[in-house]
Amino acid sequence: MTGGSRAILYDAVVVGGGLHGLSAALQLARSGARVGLLERSWIGRHASGASAAGVRTLGRPVAELPISLESMAMWHDIRGLVDDDCGFHVHGQIKVAENDIELAGLRDRVDQLRALGYRHEEVVDAAELRHLLPPIARHCVGAAVARDNGAADPHRTLQAFRRAAEAAGVTIYEGCGVGAVESIADRWRLSASRAILEAPVVVNAAGAWAGRLAALFGDTVPLGTKASMMIVTERVAPYVAPVVSCAGRALSFKQTDRGTLLIGGGVQGRFDLQAEKTTVDFIALRRAAQAATALFPSVAGVAMLRVWAGLEAKTEDLLPVIGPSPQAPGVLHAFGFSGHGFQLVPVVGAIIAELAATGKTTRQIAPFALQRLARKEAAA
Amino acid sequence: MFVRPFKSDARTVSIVIDGETVEASDGEMLAAVLLRTPPFYARKTPVSESPRAPYCLMGVCFDCLATVDGLASVQTCLTPVRDGMTVERQSGRRELSK
Amino acid sequence: MSSRDDVVVVGAGPAGMAAAARLRSMAIRVTLVDEQPAPGGQIWRNLEANRNTAVGKALGSDYAAGAAAVAALRGSGCSLRFGTQVWQLEDGQSDADWRVFLKTAEGLDMLPASIVLLAGGAQERPNPFPGWTLPGVVSVGAAQILMKSAGQIPAEPVWVAGAGPLPLLYMTQLLALGGKIAGYLDTTPRGNLVAALPHLPRALAAWRDLRKGIGWLKVLRRSAVPIVKDVAEIAASGSDCLETVTYRPRGGAAVTVPARLLLVHEGVVPAIHVTMAMGCRHDWRDDQQCFAPSLDGWGETSRAGLYVAGDGAGIGGAEAARLRGEIAALGIARKLGKLSEAEAGQRAAPFRRALKKALAPRPFLDALYRPRPEIFAPAGHTVVCRCEEVTADQICRAAGKGGPNQLKAFTRAGMGPCQGRQCGYTVSHLLARSLNSSPGEVGFFHIRPPLKPVTLGELATLEVEEATP
Repeated sequence: MTGGSRAILYDAVVVGGGLHGLSAALQLARSGARVGLLERSWIGRHASGASAAGVRTLGRPVAELPISLESMAMWHDIRGLVDDDCGFHVHGQIKVAENDIELAGLRDRVDQLRALGYRHEEVVDAAELRHLLPPIARHCVGAAVARDNGAADPHRTLQAFRRAAEAAGVTIYEGCGVGAVESIADRWRLSASRAILEAPVVVNAAGAWAGRLAALFGDTVPLGTKASMMIVTERVAPYVAPVVSCAGRALSFKQTDRGTLLIGGGVQGRFDLQAEKTTVDFIALRRAAQAATALFPSVAGVAMLRVWAGLEAKTEDLLPVIGPSPQAPGVLHAFGFSGHGFQLVPVVGAIIAELAATGKTTRQIAPFALQRLARKEAAA
Repeated sequence: MFVRPFKSDARTVSIVIDGETVEASDGEMLAAVLLRTPPFYARKTPVSESPRAPYCLMGVCFDCLATVDGLASVQTCLTPVRDGMTVERQSGRRELSK
Repeated sequence: MSSRDDVVVVGAGPAGMAAAARLRSMAIRVTLVDEQPAPGGQIWRNLEANRNTAVGKALGSDYAAGAAAVAALRGSGCSLRFGTQVWQLEDGQSDADWRVFLKTAEGLDMLPASIVLLAGGAQERPNPFPGWTLPGVVSVGAAQILMKSAGQIPAEPVWVAGAGPLPLLYMTQLLALGGKIAGYLDTTPRGNLVAALPHLPRALAAWRDLRKGIGWLKVLRRSAVPIVKDVAEIAASGSDCLETVTYRPRGGAAVTVPARLLLVHEGVVPAIHVTMAMGCRHDWRDDQQCFAPSLDGWGETSRAGLYVAGDGAGIGGAEAARLRGEIAALGIARKLGKLSEAEAGQRAAPFRRALKKALAPRPFLDALYRPRPEIFAPAGHTVVCRCEEVTADQICRAAGKGGPNQLKAFTRAGMGPCQGRQCGYTVSHLLARSLNSSPGEVGFFHIRPPLKPVTLGELATLEVEEATP
């Protein structure tokens, strides 16, 4: 219904029913706010539902490390946040080097981190690598390891965050995309397909559609789209415990609780944002299969049961946008995680809640200011 | 479960199922052989290790999966028998060699 | 890279064979692909090998009638690829061209094509009931395939449960081969015949088909096969394999019988896996309780250059499949510019008339064998997703606004090797019930490639050039 129906008033409206939206809504509600969440499709429909759910600090851009390390501590007590362990297992994340040049590159990174005071990554030799990953190909010479990293179950995480948000009083509107935005007195009015919501605070966690939503508030930010492909295989007996990536190839490789292997790494499929559709490109995907079989020769005979490509937003510098809108009062952005947002879910929700309550945050979010991208666009 | 009173003209060949030698006709459907060879099932599921025998015989149920000549999870209803073929019924989640 | 005039036909049943032969007669290059080792599809499975055998004789005249089609195919000059599965169809890089990805025992390869004609036929309607996953429970279609392809029959008197023409046909064939039947549990709801009667006059145009069915019933009665009518529920029990079958006639008490083999069948539905994966538009056919791809008069789907012929277009039987194959071939020839609009229309006209006649008994049969509601609402502990062993209860608990795909994500139903072929319909029906809606509104799983499993090693060694964007 539109026009003539009464707007529902909240303290905060979150746009986007993925994990970042749910986390923001949950933590806003816990800090005492009345929260409504608008989701155009259904909870977890896009990036969150297609995530490999890697929980890592390994290999992160340095700018993300302060908040990522805080988020990692939150993951280690995720039950305290959402009353569920989300299937989070801590078997480490490993980035494999296939030759000495790659290994030297990993050592340089660890040295750089140590110089900055970070100790969460270490370099291991071939023997230790084989101990951590028994089936690894024999030509691999070493790896960078973050032992307190791991992976979770994306759907379990979605359900846990949803349940916790609703238990905290968040009202979730599914099938409710935002059509229009108006400024009314000291509030924003968001007209969605089946409801009209008003609040002084609006959180933009709209994923691949966040750029469009930002524009409705007057924030122009160029946002690209990714359609990273993922392979799920048949179930196999326990094979690897850590999550594996590769210094010289696009690869992410892990095994779920059920025994399926999840293989990704960023090989791109094709997408149509308007139609919300993606298409798999198997010729391109070949690279992921080659990477997996190069590092783990014994998976060559394992059957791929399904492949998909999930829609995600990416920014030019592959860093997220987190923080207040430069021009729209009360609007807080949390988007553009560029394929590595899962691990940041707990802390970003805390940052949003803090910003909404106090107008500022103790966390280091300067590198994620929206202005940095807008400036680039002006300069271009 | 099933018997074969009407053997085809094709020559008789030997295949090995879980170490047991079994007669079959050259080129016949492997799942058909499984359905006349006790204990009749092709695999035990990776989820609960429940036994499953071939069900649809036309490639749409995937219950007939077995390891054929070292290749795991083969749809036996789409596999013609060849002389000397080795078949292993699958049990639970397959082990990958390390 | 794609040469014009290349058509790939998927499926060597009545529709595929007719289309391939007709295309060849117009000098169009055709490759026919089928995962079976020989032509015939399911209805004429293993036809060439059964010529002049006891099995061939027992299978009857409808089976033997396929010989002409197979011979025509063999003589058509069509490129034949048996033992070959299609695991993906991708848009080529110029308009309406396709890349057809194939898998054989030797590995993967890819065929470029201007047009793809899907003639993959039908599959049996999934009908979950407690114990249906036990060894000892086999579909009637599977039992008939065993008869056709391996000359195999049940070792002991067999129980048959279900509805439709196929169980009747199979039982007469089995009796002709000396097999024994312990009993037929006819699940056709008693009220269906009355509901079907208004369609009977139209069906009489195909009185020969109806007479066949009556003939089968007569054979069964003459053979004193115990028949229980209007069976509402069935269940199979046993520890590692089937030991007993329990059935309950509607309004009556449950009866349990010992059984080692139970054959089940509740009709056939178009195989929609590929058209769903390709994002084609589908209609919900309430008369046949199934989804079918939306097709124009030539069999083209909502995706340009992708056609469907045969039972995959809607259940119609072998003759209707053959005619749809002929019509699709003419439509494809017209699309490729080999026939003018007028010529194609003219040549299609007799096939269209014959198709109308061949489909005449459908409304009657569809009403007579309309599935009983219990199939779509199995008992809570019934395994609905055979692959991932998800029960009806688990599915109902997870039902939500996100439809079958959200439910798939949360319960894993539809994520196993069969990718929803055996559970998709049940999930849609269960959701429809919990949302007070219809399967047509609820929709179906998103089907993801590969259309058939492909190993990591096979994909890693696929030798095809990257497409130039």
